[in-house]
Amino acid sequence: MATTTATVGVLAPPSLARPSRSLWSNAWWKLRRDKLTIGAFIILLILGALSLAAPLFSDYVFHYRFEQQDLLHTYEKPTFENPAYLLGSDEIGRSQVVRLLYGGRISLTVGFVAALVNLTVGVSLGLSAGYFRGPLDDAITWVITTLNGIPQLYLLLIIAALWQPGPLTLIVIIGLLNWTGISLFVRGQTFALREREFVTAARTIGAKDRRIMFRHILPNVLPLIFVLAAIDIGAIILLESALSFLGLGILPPTPTWGNLLTNAVSYFVRAWWLVVSPGVLIFLTVLCLYLIGDGLRDALDPRLKTH
Amino acid sequence: MRDFIIRRLVYAVPTLIGISIITFAIARLSPGDPIRLFTFGIKDFTQEDYLRLLHAYGLDKPMPLQYVDWVTNIFRGSFGESLIYHRDAFVMLMERLPNTLQLALVALLIQLIIGVPLGVLAALKRGSWVDGAIRIFGVAGHAVPAFWLGLILIILFAVNLRWLPSIGMLTVGHDQWDIADRIKHMILPAFVLALTGIANYSRILRTETLDVLAQDFVRTAHSKGLRERTVVYVHALRNALIPVVTALGGILAALVGGALVIEQVFSWPGVGQFTFQAAIAKDYPIVQAGVMFTSTLLVLSYLLRDLTYAIVDPRIKVG
Repeated sequence: MATTTATVGVLAPPSLARPSRSLWSNAWWKLRRDKLTIGAFIILLILGALSLAAPLFSDYVFHYRFEQQDLLHTYEKPTFENPAYLLGSDEIGRSQVVRLLYGGRISLTVGFVAALVNLTVGVSLGLSAGYFRGPLDDAITWVITTLNGIPQLYLLLIIAALWQPGPLTLIVIIGLLNWTGISLFVRGQTFALREREFVTAARTIGAKDRRIMFRHILPNVLPLIFVLAAIDIGAIILLESALSFLGLGILPPTPTWGNLLTNAVSYFVRAWWLVVSPGVLIFLTVLCLYLIGDGLRDALDPRLKTH
Repeated sequence: MRDFIIRRLVYAVPTLIGISIITFAIARLSPGDPIRLFTFGIKDFTQEDYLRLLHAYGLDKPMPLQYVDWVTNIFRGSFGESLIYHRDAFVMLMERLPNTLQLALVALLIQLIIGVPLGVLAALKRGSWVDGAIRIFGVAGHAVPAFWLGLILIILFAVNLRWLPSIGMLTVGHDQWDIADRIKHMILPAFVLALTGIANYSRILRTETLDVLAQDFVRTAHSKGLRERTVVYVHALRNALIPVVTALGGILAALVGGALVIEQVFSWPGVGQFTFQAAIAKDYPIVQAGVMFTSTLLVLSYLLRDLTYAIVDPRIKVG
């Protein structure tokens, strides 16, 4: 947080720089005392690091590749004796723990990248709609209400069923469908902010629309966008897991937390541990993201109700 | 009030038009030619037959005209015949509707019965461990993948403990009016479907109750010498319940959308499962009927929410 503030301060011309330091340093001060949020953040970092280092773990710790099979060791129970079977093995003797690590890479990547697409689309459309109003606002609002009118899972599932996407297409599809909440929020904020005195002041000294939007309005919306982003990533990871679970997201042999469950379902009577571990990881990741979102909200905006 | 209702209804029209365009486009733009798909393997199928079928289904017309035809037919109550079952798609969908409604309504009840008291309790015990536990539950309830929870509960209660059936609405071969049997089948899916809503309501009610308890009229009620219980349940709670109504739109959306996955996990023969299966089989008329119908339901529920909100809270300006 502190470094972000510093760079913003450097980028803005000193004469026009707005004293944003107090908000961020205040937020940081509050966050440091919020053990739950810090804990969630640390767990998330660990999960991310483990997934990122999946090839290292499979080579040097577990000595087992994620696609490696061993028909003599199917349905191994979780055990400490052989590190590769730490979390058990599946119906063709693949190591659950190694596959979970690799699965995390896909699940987390899809979550973060799709959320980035959401943010880009949502913020730019919301900002334009709220700032320019008129027909543009009507058009954007129409798209938003239309997308909100279709139960999200229906739309996603049907698109996925008809086109059968891979990781990249899935990111694009979720990225282009899931931005409406962010957009509505930014639009509402922009609506209110553009009437404020500092915007009028900027306009009187001759600032162009683009400058007002990105230098004066966006920085005021930005803090809460971080909150929305954290929650959005969590929601996307849940969506991806549901899609992959239903066999419409990312297909095996590429493991994701969702499609590991699809497979596990067929064998859950014999190997319940295969069902438990991917779900726990999804739950833990999403829980951390939501807790971070909540913590950031409390830290960044004391006026906002914690709905 | 009447103007308000009419205006809201008019606002819903462009939304429904947008939804219908998307629904139409999804089926038409998806890869694979439906006629090739369903005549595949017929031996003496000539190019002439193909063109004749194309013409018969109106698929040789330009897209916008096809769209107009499609919408006109919807107003006549027809989404066309299912490509697989050769029965009217909408009729088939409606046969599944009661099952989904049953599940959604029971889930809604569970949400209210559990979620609301949890939220109020957390607010009354603010800062205690009870409050902490309920708050964590409020976040955790959103973070659990519902389909996974469903699986775990099936493993636990159906496979290991054998207390409850794992899938379907009824035991095959049972009397279909055996209520106890139906309730047993209902418990797991309804609870899983309700979970997000329980978490949602507990969060909302907690903040609202805290807000209301801090207001002047509550202090006045206290200073009049009213009992604590009267103040909380008569004065405060009535006001704190307003957002239960506002949240309803989003919660209905979650119920309708979420039902699809839950129905799939529990093999519950509802609208969501039916539409999903149709999408996999590329049975477009059913897919279109399913998306159009649930979306309309959703738009109407948003409408209903705004309306009830205006009625419940007189501070909302009507007009």
